Amino acid sequence: MQSPAEIVQHSGGVIGVSWLMIALPLLGAAILLLGGRRTNKWGHFLGVAMSLGAFVVAVLSFVELTGLDPDQRRRAFELFEFIPGMVNMGMLIDPLSISFALLITGVGSLIHIYSIGYMSHDRDRRRFFAYLNLFVAAMLLLVLSDNYVGLFIGWEGVGLASYLLIGFWQHKPSAATAAQKAFIVNRVGDFGLLIGIFTIWTTFGSLAFADLTQQVTGQASEGTLTAIGLLLLLGACGKSAQLPLQSWLLDAMEGPTPVSALIHAATMVTAGVYLVVRSGAFFEQAPTAQLVVTIVGVATLLAGAIIGCAKDDIKKGLAGSTMSQIGYMMLGAGLGPAGYAFAIGHLITHGFFKANMFLGAGSVMHAMNDEVDMRRYGALFPVMKVTAVTFIIGYLAIIGFPMLSGYYTKEGIIETAMEHNAILGWLAVLGAGLTGFYMSRMIFMTFFGKKRWADDAHPHESPAVMTWPLVILSIGSIGLGAFLILGNRFMNFLSPAVGLPQELPETHVFGFGPAALATLALVAAGAALAWFRYGAAEVPAVAPRGSFLTTFARRDLYGDALNEALLMRPGQWLTRIAVFFDNRGVDGLVNGLAAGIGGTSGRLRRVQNGYVRSYALSILFGAAAVVGALLYVGNM
Amino acid sequence: MPWLSILIAVPVLGAVGVALLPKGSDKLAKQLALVVSLVVLGLTVAMAVQFSPNGNRFQFEEKYSWIPSFGVHYGVAVDGIALVLIALSAILVPIVILASWHDAEGRPDATGLAPKRSAKTYFALLLVLEAMMIGVFAATDIFLFYVFFEAMLIPMYFMIGSYGGVQRSYAAVKFLLYSLFGGLLMLVAVIALYVVAEKNTFMFPELIGAIQDPTTQKWLFAGFFIAFAIKAPLWPFHTWLPDAAAQAPAGAAVLLVGVLDKVGTYGMLRFCLELFPEASKFFTPLVIVLSVVGIIYGAIVAIGQTDMKRLIAYTSISHFGFIALGVFAMTQNAQSGATLYMVNHGFSTGALFLVAGFLIYRRGSAQIADYGGVQSVAPLLAGAFLIAGLSGLSLPGLAPFVSEFMVLIGTYERYAVPAIIGATGVILAAIYILWMYKRTMNGPTAEPVKGFTDLNGREKWVVAPLIALIVAFGFFPKPLLDVINPAVDKTLTNAQVTDKQPVSTVAEKKGAGQ
Repeated sequence: MQSPAEIVQHSGGVIGVSWLMIALPLLGAAILLLGGRRTNKWGHFLGVAMSLGAFVVAVLSFVELTGLDPDQRRRAFELFEFIPGMVNMGMLIDPLSISFALLITGVGSLIHIYSIGYMSHDRDRRRFFAYLNLFVAAMLLLVLSDNYVGLFIGWEGVGLASYLLIGFWQHKPSAATAAQKAFIVNRVGDFGLLIGIFTIWTTFGSLAFADLTQQVTGQASEGTLTAIGLLLLLGACGKSAQLPLQSWLLDAMEGPTPVSALIHAATMVTAGVYLVVRSGAFFEQAPTAQLVVTIVGVATLLAGAIIGCAKDDIKKGLAGSTMSQIGYMMLGAGLGPAGYAFAIGHLITHGFFKANMFLGAGSVMHAMNDEVDMRRYGALFPVMKVTAVTFIIGYLAIIGFPMLSGYYTKEGIIETAMEHNAILGWLAVLGAGLTGFYMSRMIFMTFFGKKRWADDAHPHESPAVMTWPLVILSIGSIGLGAFLILGNRFMNFLSPAVGLPQELPETHVFGFGPAALATLALVAAGAALAWFRYGAAEVPAVAPRGSFLTTFARRDLYGDALNEALLMRPGQWLTRIAVFFDNRGVDGLVNGLAAGIGGTSGRLRRVQNGYVRSYALSILFGAAAVVGALLYVGNM
Repeated sequence: MPWLSILIAVPVLGAVGVALLPKGSDKLAKQLALVVSLVVLGLTVAMAVQFSPNGNRFQFEEKYSWIPSFGVHYGVAVDGIALVLIALSAILVPIVILASWHDAEGRPDATGLAPKRSAKTYFALLLVLEAMMIGVFAATDIFLFYVFFEAMLIPMYFMIGSYGGVQRSYAAVKFLLYSLFGGLLMLVAVIALYVVAEKNTFMFPELIGAIQDPTTQKWLFAGFFIAFAIKAPLWPFHTWLPDAAAQAPAGAAVLLVGVLDKVGTYGMLRFCLELFPEASKFFTPLVIVLSVVGIIYGAIVAIGQTDMKRLIAYTSISHFGFIALGVFAMTQNAQSGATLYMVNHGFSTGALFLVAGFLIYRRGSAQIADYGGVQSVAPLLAGAFLIAGLSGLSLPGLAPFVSEFMVLIGTYERYAVPAIIGATGVILAAIYILWMYKRTMNGPTAEPVKGFTDLNGREKWVVAPLIALIVAFGFFPKPLLDVINPAVDKTLTNAQVTDKQPVSTVAEKKGAGQ
């Protein structure tokens, strides 16, 4: 077992200006928001340029970092004093943060480019790019900060960007409501994260990652560490849509599709995984907290998959899938150093194939007059081949088709989980089978079978500015997994930041282990079932009623109903009672007293003109009386 | 140079000048008032840059005998806490004057009546109020403090009573009655302090440590504290505030909630803690309970409001809970946070009230239900409302976050459970702000809203400085904290409290490294 390397304070080279990654998109957002309509013409280009600029800085920083000795690859430096005596703002560039930075700026830039086409008809395209830039800046702040306060600022910053973008079409009440829901549910998680940060501060007297090494955290009691872990996990559950704070993500699909791809699939929703991995110094010494992380992960990976099985809305299907895949990452993150590389590796490959599929879904919607119901799709393969082929590559990657990206990263998580706890491992295998079913269902319903199009639908392939990002993302969906996982390349790369397990896992181009084979068999079974029900058979254009289980899944496992019954309704009653009490109770009492002393309130009003005078008089008399009394007492 | 006396005198002279202008010169009156307030701001800045944070606690001291037979002095000076609050007042007044440009004229409202009101008087009152606000924070003589504390009520009473909404008389009288009650209690305590201390002076620095007897301390503490709790206002002394703030013109509401109420929390920090340290410790559990109840209660009642200004007033009751919590948590972080909170809350709530005022001016109603879809027709107005609102829910990156974070983390150092309960306020804040925003700004544009114009030039000048300050201090609060921290340190020393240390060695390691 190898501990993470120490963080070195150093501000030279490209890494010394890595804050530009945050500053460039932030500047872009500021120019686009403050510049107003004047920037309408070129605003989207500026947005893309700023995101690409950040990508270039990320790549250069990455190159510089890999040129250093492994034990020198954690560089932090201070930017300015934030709260004197408590925390300074600073950057931390290490293998973990730079991996995220590359994903955020790389996939982020592709999505920016795609959005030029996707949003070309929207009169508020400039504002859209401003928010996207704002998001990129906040997300980079989240992962590049060298302390928990900076992380938290980025954490809520991405929450704000998410709120603004889910509600981008704010004139639609459903979009405005979904945006509000996302923010409020996330705040529940943020509450946990805040208390976690407070506990870290009062226990260790520092919030900087550089100070919070395993040796330092080891001095606290396990109870404290468990508490910190669970509080941080609550934060992670909010941001990453894990049970029990998952309900906002499906509604978040109200946002424009590029937003769903960037924020609600590839990057922001994975911030919870980042938090857990970054806080390894706490979790690794708190087995109970780790166990809870894995349980949450497995529960969510199953719940998300079940929801995905029943959705006819292509975006909601993908959203369920996102929940589920993040569940896998969470499971990996709860397994300690053995799981981190797979969790983060899956996070990165998922960033590619899920963004690939979301953008593909956007391309389909673009072609089908914004129709999202897969029951009105079908037979789209011939009319939009690029979209279809790239989508199918993403699909093969997510179900874990051998040799493609998702195969290696997901299999890594399953194998590690299996060694750790067989129950968790087999449940993760089951989840993979469900993935095989719901994703195949999506493919068959969308691209194959018979046309079930609306009368006015004239599907066509999207413009090149939209298809090229799809092609690039699908290349990542094919090869990235093998590149990262084979030979433990990514595990070794990450090790200065997160440490290494006692034994490095063996990696295979094709695994013949029981879990690997079982997974493949279940996936194949799921795909076959989907073929019989949605490929070979006729798909009704209107959803049949379905069994109890189908309804259960369609209603998002009654998550909203539960929230409504347990929180919303009681909350509304509490509010009403409090308002009533405040008006009648507290205030009524006071008014009653006033009326009793000064006669009726009507009389009060009539004499109000004389009030200032009588007020002055009363002060005078009061003062005289008091002075007199005191002098009398003093003389006794 | 007698900086503080000049700061008090200039607005008074300005007010006289404005009042003496001939009838019908309303425009000139406004311009003159604006110029005077900007001069005050300039002088405040000039004074603030000369303040040395690590020098003497009280700087720019002046002391003249006033009523020698009772040992009353005209004594003024500032420490870091008073300085930032004076700066807050000096910044808000010109902004409020600019925002109130048409408020005093009395538009024909829902009842079709256009009351005849004197704009001149309104702006003269604003300047008088500014002088009082600066005076109350600058006073080092407790009797002088009391005089300002009470005199402040008079301009505010007229601003609500003569220039307010439909129910202005009720609100103004209620405001006055409450304040009168608190003021009388405080007067009793001030005089008792004088008599019991037997120092023949009201000068605050000389009275520190003068009262040793625990029982006496408790009684005097109670007198001061209730007066301040009504002023702030803390739960359950709060019910005058929603009425007053809702009926006051938006500009007056900003000064009422943004500055006048801070006198309450400032008084607790300055006078209650330092003069009566033993009693403060004795009452701490009670005050912490009241504060936490106020945080949650204010937020829940805010959620249920149907009137924008009342809603904002209730959010402030919740925020005052945070401030009082920070003051009585008695840690460096919590008290610095509480002081910073007083400043940030002034900017944040100021922005919220003023933008709401712009909305109300356009629509002639403060009812949330009368709006909808404003963002589609007036995006800048909506954007300003959103940023102000987000600062009200303490979004990180905006100034109020820093103070709320410091209050909570500082409270957590000593009182974990109240801090945790208080922190649920962050969830409730998201609900009351975003729900108000959604109902007014999002969705299909309501018919009466369709004619809304976006922010005009004057309104932009009102909003821009506030937003700039909120963002700037959100990322870089150090200039304020550098001034506040040493003063809080002295307060804690006089309150006879020391900070708790963390269990681990990180802090020591860092301390050794520095």
